Amino acid sequence: MKIVITASGEGLDADMDSRFGRAKNFIIFDTETKEVSALDNSVNLNAAQGAGIQAASNAAETGAEVLISGHCGPKAFRVLKEAGIRVYNTEAKTVRQALDLFLQDKLVESSGSDVEGHW
Amino acid sequence: MTIAFASGKGGTGKTTFSVAFALSADDNVTFLDCDVEEPDSHFFIKPEITGNEKITVPVPVVDSGKCTGCGRCAKVCRFNAITMLGKKPLIFHELCHSCGGCSIACPEKAVSEIQIGTGVISSGIRDHISFYQGLLDIGNTKSPPLIKAVKKKGDGASLVIIDSPPGTSCPMVTALKGADYTVLVTEPAPFALNDLKIAVETVRILGIPFGVVINKSDHPFPQTEEYCRKEAIPVLLKVPEKRAAAEGYSSGESIIKIFPGLGDEIKKAISTIKKEAVR
Repeated sequence: MKIVITASGEGLDADMDSRFGRAKNFIIFDTETKEVSALDNSVNLNAAQGAGIQAASNAAETGAEVLISGHCGPKAFRVLKEAGIRVYNTEAKTVRQALDLFLQDKLVESSGSDVEGHW
Repeated sequence: MTIAFASGKGGTGKTTFSVAFALSADDNVTFLDCDVEEPDSHFFIKPEITGNEKITVPVPVVDSGKCTGCGRCAKVCRFNAITMLGKKPLIFHELCHSCGGCSIACPEKAVSEIQIGTGVISSGIRDHISFYQGLLDIGNTKSPPLIKAVKKKGDGASLVIIDSPPGTSCPMVTALKGADYTVLVTEPAPFALNDLKIAVETVRILGIPFGVVINKSDHPFPQTEEYCRKEAIPVLLKVPEKRAAAEGYSSGESIIKIFPGLGDEIKKAISTIKKEAVR
């Protein structure tokens, strides 16, 4: 299973980016192979509008089943839900901490967007 | 002739002066409140509203039977209003700018357009003023289509006065486009001067002749008038701050009732504008 975590840098020790749509990078972790890769989301970082939607679409393209981020707005959530991606919010500092919390079953799946658009 | 009132900075007196000009004009006036996010000129003009017209904009829908999932509709959209989820296009009407690009780009003719509401135009009459205002639907963030619809109400009228939205972005430019003259309302203060300069640049690009009205002109900030002098911008009116003007405003009374003689000054300004305006 692939997990996408929003980050401001690369690798597991990068800081998490609490934003989803305008996160700089997506760190992709594969629970089977333990492989870590990064997907550049900086195009959306500077998008005039619809950043969350495009970011969600990009996340879906990775084949991920889980997204871990700080917050998720309503339009992005709609796309993620449509793509069958489960969303988890956390205030963890680093990607590794967020991932550990998730793998230890300490995160609760969010049932909807937790912020308004453009928060 | 169309005279548009704009400002850059909000709260300098666009509505106050557009209404004062409309009330003071000798000719019949068609008044268009294009500040569709919060139209407030009706408080002062007090028209008898006789009509409400719903305005719609076209947005895309996809026939999933015809769609092959090629993604061209999403690729052509500058506004991220369509995104592909695998082979399925997801549409966000609230981001759509109604350009129609997606329906042109679709090779299968699977994209068609439906009309959705964007706002309401109310119309009414008070004395010599034919009044129209646009009111954008709550939650809608794109005002230009409604502003354009309000402006159509001025077609063929001899004297049109437009109350523009604040700022210097798309809504303001949409309200000003095609006007024969723009009155930039400002106040002597650093923030207002900063925005006046941006508004002047904008109006110059639009190629519209313009002049400035200085509201609360007795504030000690000579830089505003110095700027106008340096740039050879005519100052049409200067009106000092007065507590009674604010009190009148809060009870829906036009500024021309507060300053005796202001109505005549405005009439003079209108004839100056008529000479300066392009026809």
